[in-house]
Amino acid sequence: MEIVQVLKKRKQNVLKLWLDKQAHDAALNGNPFDEGEINDYVEKLVDTFVDSIENSNIDDIKSADFDAVIELLREVSFKRARQGFSPRETGLFIFSLKESILEVLSDDLKKSKEAIPFIITLSRLMDSLATVTFETFIEGREDVINRQTDEISEISTPVIKVWDGILALPIIGTLDSSRTQTVLENLLQEIVETGSSVAILDISGVPTVDSLVAQHLLKAVSATRLMGAECIISGIRPEIAQTIVYLGIDLSQIVTKSTLASALQHAFRILNLAVRNNDTTKTIKK
Amino acid sequence: MERIPILKMGQFLLVTIQVDLYDRLALDLEADLINAVEKNAAKGVLIDISAVSIVDSFMGRILGNIANMSRLLDAQTVVVGIQPAVAITLVELGLPLTGVRTALNVERGMELLNSLITFDDTTEEWDDDTDNDH
Repeated sequence: MEIVQVLKKRKQNVLKLWLDKQAHDAALNGNPFDEGEINDYVEKLVDTFVDSIENSNIDDIKSADFDAVIELLREVSFKRARQGFSPRETGLFIFSLKESILEVLSDDLKKSKEAIPFIITLSRLMDSLATVTFETFIEGREDVINRQTDEISEISTPVIKVWDGILALPIIGTLDSSRTQTVLENLLQEIVETGSSVAILDISGVPTVDSLVAQHLLKAVSATRLMGAECIISGIRPEIAQTIVYLGIDLSQIVTKSTLASALQHAFRILNLAVRNNDTTKTIKK
Repeated sequence: MERIPILKMGQFLLVTIQVDLYDRLALDLEADLINAVEKNAAKGVLIDISAVSIVDSFMGRILGNIANMSRLLDAQTVVVGIQPAVAITLVELGLPLTGVRTALNVERGMELLNSLITFDDTTEEWDDDTDNDH
């Protein structure tokens, strides 16, 4: 096919047209077009793509000749996913390359007998590249989501040592099985490390308590008890107390307090500690 | 045949489980321990499982059994040194060992046993927790 040779000759035209198209698309979507960075990739992409394409491999995307192209595409796509580009923009990015190539070659194609087979194989090739782009784009997005999920579960389960022998664990967000597991592991590990004998689970940041969450709480309390520590649950809001009773959940085996302060007071009592006011004219009861 | 040593320390018996407890061994331990409690008129049993990293429901039940049997012979049982992973496993297995007292390590366990015994000497009601304010 001599069309491939023509394509190689017209590399610069393709590049120029593609850049124009992208600037146009970016303007349509109301995004500033970051020429410097994108141009770099666009040039490299056109270069590697046109250099790799041969008569022999045009119908075989799995050919090793395209590895470099795919690698580049993945890089661009991954970057775009992280930068928050929309899937449409990323899709148009690669589709406009196909358009550019076909437009540049349109005159030659009109004269050639092999035009239609060429267009079909080229389309197939470009579509495969687009699929790769999309896959990577989604991978990139998932990467972002996973990172955020990890971060959320990481930041929302701190174990705080509030006093010698007393640990507090404010739980923020929904308490599902995997969260319970992380929270519990952190808590138990911390109990071993600090030799604490009281743990306060504060659930004021838990939006809803259903029977499943209650079961998780009971598990946490049992596990803490097995470690030789006592577990207090604090931060039960009135509406949560209502839900618990209406659901018929039995928390009578657990020490529950409405605020972290009263839980701490209870913990002090367990450890035979007392808080004293240094101002002798006043005395704090309890 | 392998046996787990039972050490006598004053009024207490000390058992340190250093090997993986397979079923036969656990049953032997149960029998040996109860006999030892009876023979020494022990007031407390301290079981250290800090070296145990794998538990199954059978072992959980044996621990519960030992506690219940000892209670019948007027001895308190304290299990100490439960690893975090073991604690989670036991809870997931639905074996929170409700009848067994627990402590973080041997030292704490000894303290607990001592307090239980002295408490037992002075008052008749020792079974409930000291706090009853909820």
